[in-house]
Formats: sequence, C-alpha cells, structure tokens
Amino acid sequence: MSLYQDVIIAGFGGQGVMLIGNLLAYAGMEHGLNVTYIPVYGPEMRGGTANCTVVVSDDAIGSPIIRSPKSLIIMNRPSLDKFQPQLIDGGVLVVNSSLVDPALADASRVRLVPVAANEIADSLGNTRMANMVALGAYVEATGVLPLSAVEDSLGHVIAKHYSHLIPKNAEALRAGAAAVGKA
Amino acid sequence: MSAKRIFIKGNEAIAQGALDAGCRCYFGYPITPQNDIPEMLSSAMPAAGGEFVQAESEVASANMLLGAAACGVRAMTTSSSPGVSLMQEAISYMAGSELPGVIVNMNRGGPGLGDIGSSQGDYYQSVKGGGHGDYRTLVLAPASCQECYDLTFEAFDLAFKYRNPVLLLGDAIVGQMKEPVTPRPALPLDPEAGADWKLTGRGERAPRILKSLFLDDGALAGQNLHLQQKYRSMQAEVRYEAFETADAELIVVAFGSIGRIAKSTVRSLRAQGFKVGLFRPITLFPFPEAELRALAGQGKRFLTIEHNLGQMVDDVRLAVRGLTDSDFFGFLPGNMPTPEDFDAPIRAAVKGA
Amino acid sequence: MQEQLVFKRPDVLADVPTHYCPGCQHGVVHRIVAECLEEFGVVEKTIAVSAIGCSVFLYNYILVDTVEAPHGRAPAVATGVKRARKDAFVFAYQGDGDLASIGLAEIMHAANRGERISVIFVNNTVYGMTGGQMAPTTMIGQKTTTCPGGRCLEREGGPMHMAEIIATLGGVAYCARTAVNTMKNMAQTKRAIRRAFATQINDEGFGFVEILATCPTNWKLSSVASNERIGKEMIPEFPLGVFKDAAKEDES
Repeated sequence: MSLYQDVIIAGFGGQGVMLIGNLLAYAGMEHGLNVTYIPVYGPEMRGGTANCTVVVSDDAIGSPIIRSPKSLIIMNRPSLDKFQPQLIDGGVLVVNSSLVDPALADASRVRLVPVAANEIADSLGNTRMANMVALGAYVEATGVLPLSAVEDSLGHVIAKHYSHLIPKNAEALRAGAAAVGKA
Repeated sequence: MSAKRIFIKGNEAIAQGALDAGCRCYFGYPITPQNDIPEMLSSAMPAAGGEFVQAESEVASANMLLGAAACGVRAMTTSSSPGVSLMQEAISYMAGSELPGVIVNMNRGGPGLGDIGSSQGDYYQSVKGGGHGDYRTLVLAPASCQECYDLTFEAFDLAFKYRNPVLLLGDAIVGQMKEPVTPRPALPLDPEAGADWKLTGRGERAPRILKSLFLDDGALAGQNLHLQQKYRSMQAEVRYEAFETADAELIVVAFGSIGRIAKSTVRSLRAQGFKVGLFRPITLFPFPEAELRALAGQGKRFLTIEHNLGQMVDDVRLAVRGLTDSDFFGFLPGNMPTPEDFDAPIRAAVKGA
Repeated sequence: MQEQLVFKRPDVLADVPTHYCPGCQHGVVHRIVAECLEEFGVVEKTIAVSAIGCSVFLYNYILVDTVEAPHGRAPAVATGVKRARKDAFVFAYQGDGDLASIGLAEIMHAANRGERISVIFVNNTVYGMTGGQMAPTTMIGQKTTTCPGGRCLEREGGPMHMAEIIATLGGVAYCARTAVNTMKNMAQTKRAIRRAFATQINDEGFGFVEILATCPTNWKLSSVASNERIGKEMIPEFPLGVFKDAAKEDES
C-alpha cells in the first residue's frame, strides 16, 4: 500500500499555519518521501484566513493543489466554515477546540480530532505554540510520519534567532500528540 | 539518494539553478509572482562573484542581458507576463544578433495587468517568437521545483549551443510551491564557449560586430535562412513526459503546472478503469510534434487542457493533422485549478469516442 | 624635397569613405573618439555600443568590437557589457532621438547608477536617418517633417537640455557640452572626450559628452550655413561648458 496524505492547514494570519505546513513538508522530505507545499497568496488571502496545502507521498506527486483534502488542520472558526465541506468523507479533521467549538464539526461524516491547542500551549508557557500542538495531534492522528521526524526538522524551519525555542516547540508537538483521544 | 535534497520554492530553484550553472550576471525588475528570484540573487549573485542589477524597467533589464550575452557571459533576467511583454524588443534583437541569454517568465493572469495568479496565457507569445520578426526561442516549461532547477541549469547550455535566447515558461503555481530539489554540482564553465564570436575587446584579432541589421541586397534573406535552419536543428532538443500513454485510448496533453495537476486526475480515472494517459511537453519550442503524431497514428484521441482559452491546442492539432483532432478544455486564469476541475472534461472526452 | 607626414589618420579609424552626408559632423566626432581611444591605449580592450540612427554604422568606421543596441537602449546594453567585462573599455555613441527621447530612461538610470561607461551624445536637433522628423532637441521654430510649421513651445514643448539634466545625477563623474564647428571647439571636444574616458579608466563614475553637430541634409542648409547655424542658433540655446567634473570638485 503506497503512502499518500494531503492536508490543508488553515487559520488566522499569525497563527503560524505556514510554519507548520513547512515543517510537515520538510519532515516528510527528510523522511525520504516526496512532498509539496503550496501557500495561498494574493486575493485568496483576504478574508481572515491563511492556509497552505501539504502533500506527502512515496510516489511522484501530481497536483500540489487539493480541493477535496483527506485531512484538515483547522485553527479558527472561519477556516472550519470554509474547508470542512471540502473534506472527504471519513477524512481527518484536527480542530483547535480552544477557538472552535467541536460541536460545529460534522462528526458523523468525518473523523474529528479536537485538541485544545491554545490551552495546551499556554500550559507550556507560550500560546504562540498552539500551531505546534495542533501539528503534533495531526501527526499522531494520521500516522503520516513518526513524530520524531517532525521534531528533528524543527531546526530547519525555525529562524536561527529563535533556535532557543526549539526544545519548547518539540515539547508542544509531543503534548499535541499526547492529547489525541483524550479530549 | 545521492546528493542532499533542499526544500525550496520553484522561484528559488530557478535562482539556484542559474547560480549552479555559472550564471554570473542577473538583471531584473520587481514584479509579482517572481520576486523571490531577484530578492535571492541580490545577495547570492554578488556572493558568487557575479553582478546583480535592479534595472529601471524590464526594457532595460532585457537590454542589459543583451549586452552581457554579447560578452559571452552566462546571464539571465526574470519577470512575469507584463514585464516579459516589455522585453520582447530585446529578445528579438538577441535572436537576430544570435546572442545566448536566459529569460524566465513566471506567467501570471492577463491580458493587461490581469492578476497575480497563475496562468498559461503567454504560450503564444513564448513559442511563436513574441517580438517582431521571424524568430523562435527555445521554450522550456517546468512542472516541478526540480524541473525549475534542472531546466534553468540546462537553459544556459542550450543558449550557448544554439547562440539563441532560451525562455523558461513557468507560472505562479510552480514558482510559489515548495518541493525537495536535488542540486547538481556546479560545473566548471567551458572557457572556449563563444570563443569565436563573443566580444572581449578585439586585442590582436579583427574587430567583431554583433548586430541584427542586414541592409545589403540579400543579406537579410541569408540571415533568415540561416536562422530557420538553426530553429529546425533545435528539434533535437525535444523533451516530454509520457504517463500511461501506451494503452491509453484518450491522451490528455497539458504542460507545466497544469500537466502535473492533470496527472492527478489521470491517475484517479485510471484507478476507476478509464484508459487515459498524459502527454506533457517539456519543450514547448521545439514542440514534440513527431511524438504526438506517432501516438495519433496508433489511433489515440486527444484532449488538450490549458490554463487559458486555447493556445497550445493549435500546436497539438497541427501535430496530429490529417489523422485526428484534439478536444480542448480551458481552465480560466483567475481561479486555481485542482484535479477535480479536469475530471468531468476528461470523462466527457472519453465518452466522445 | 622629402615628404613629411604631419597629419595622420588614427589606425583604429577605417580608411573608407563614410555613408554620412556632405557637411555632416559625425565623421569629425568619430575621428576625435578614435584619437582618444588610441591615446589612452584602450583600442584592444574597447567594446563599443552602437545605437539606432545614422551612427548605427559606427562599427564600419571605428574598428573595435561592437554590439548594436535597440533604439535608445545603448546605455542599458553598455551596462550589461561593462558588468560582464569589467576590464573592458565601454562607450556608447548615441544621437538625440535615440538618447533624449526613446532612451531617456536608460540614459538617466545608467548615469545615476554611475555605470563605468562613457556616452558620446551627438545632438543635431533632428532625427537624421528616418528623414528629418522632430527630435526632443529640436529648437523652437525649427521646421522638421513632423513640425512643418516649426516647433511650437505650447504644442510640443521646448528642446531638452541633456547635459544639464545628466549633470544633476549622482553617479556622473564628468558631463560637458561641446561643439565641433570651429577648431577651438574641436579641441575642446577632444579635451572633454578625453576627460570622460578618463573617468571610466580611473573608475570615477559615468562620463557624458554632448556634442552639437550639423545635419545639412535635414536642415536643408549648405554645409557652411549648417556650420554657421551651430554658432548662431544652437550654442545660444545649448550653452557649451562643463556641467559636472567630480575630480575638480574634489580638488576645490
């Protein structure tokens, strides 16, 4: 069975969705897989959501742009409204339950993975790591990559002057993974 | 895996490919969606011992390219559609004067100011000359970040091999997306490249003149015949990707980003039992005519898909003329295409049998 | 009696009749440029950029490596040449339609960047090769094929004073206007071109010399009358002089 996973990661500008998209794709590459990462830019960025699409596969990747993704990481309410209808039946929906009421998710159609990303990040000392918590939960829920591959890639996507934050971010990834199934 | 893969945008892969190919002069002017290239090269080019100039316009940057090319130095300019329109004057002069240079067009929506999204609206401009006069440029169309790197790298060799401008026709999708790219070792440049024509200062030899003006009786006719022969010889450079075409009844013809997006659709339809394949021209000039014609000779049918209102489809039809035709589906610039967008058109074309 | 050679053609100047009309002063300017190239010893490492207009055939007369630029783009082409070959001596030779109209952006920005190139600008107030149309330097009242009633200030604007404009730009090391209508002015032209070339050789900046010249054919004047017009009409409109000399400013 060949490996193929695609995900749209969406949230407010500033929530770090592009960063975790880069991180996931970079980790996939370092894990020996083919990956694509594409951000939205320009007119599509208006309206309060930033998003990017990541595809990970052991085969050559066709489209980097996905309309009906197999999975979503949703960091805010407008992103849920925009992308949940596009998620395939049975797709993985990681929702930041700190900002989005999980009751809004169509749990009968999709596989809901709520994670209180902001609260967990807060408890680790910095709300801004909510993106890492969500990604940790995503990696755990989908099994697309070993979490260690993602942790090992932190140094390549976090700017050098923030490198002292890498251990904390790794902790946030692990906390997100640990939260899956507990909410 | 031999060399270490790097994770970069298509735009950055173009800049890196140029550096690794020994490009040492870059001239450019800001325009979205290709600004990553001048931004990266503004520091990387001087660091490599080369020259970076932000020109006053695309008119000027293309003419700076002409000047550097006349010296036999590997040089490049990059832009996007409206800027490439402004470069056509210099490209025509370069073709007429037989100067090697690399021009990158990260195609955006048009006509006019259009938008900053992806488009393939500049196909005609790219492959039919673009400027005035009877000339052609080699046109390479990358569909991945690796191809952005590889084709830029090879564009310089091709430019010098044929003493001709080479155009890399990408688009906003392949420019903005990131993928792993395996760089090549930077090769030592052939010091003899252009030895018999480049300007160095005449020294002890006779002066050289690089020009496109031919006023003497018959001189221009001779020059045009010479150029035509050169353009025909470029057929040796044809490149394409054929995916699942062997037993296909319908072949989707698409280039660049649209080619790879259509590949996803073709895969999905294959999995559902449809006998479809994909033919992706990588060189748009020379166009892989003979290869398409051979497929037509096997009784296959064609659907051309483009991110415009139908341009390459003309070349597909010319390639298969007398044998069959090509259907066409145009996905309009202004929207981002997904594999789902091509599903119904391909199904319809399959049924059309 | 032994023959004594007292006036010699520079070797870099081709020993051929030119295509220029009788009374045209491109030939005089070519000769002065050729003399300066030889005197600086840069002939072997010179790359010339010829422009569009009567002087496009520069390469038939000054025997150096030459690339032909599109109309108005010579300063951009010369920028590319110089950036690619820093050791070369690079000059562009442009007329007034080429430089002051279609090529205004290129000359202004090459000058402002301080490109280490020299630009020889021949101003004869008219488009010569295309048949005498109005140029940006055409004088008020001057009749051309596209302002047959004479250039009108209200309708077409006034003549552009390029030397004065170029002198305002930061990258310029030397900028002057001269003429070749008298022996004295020819000598001054040679001094100006030498100085402009020196700024390139000494890596000081951009060098620019505007030279007022005749176009008897399109002015519809005799050679003599054309030469007289330079002194009577053109110099009062386009005053001769050095408008910038960075080396002298440094001294003071």
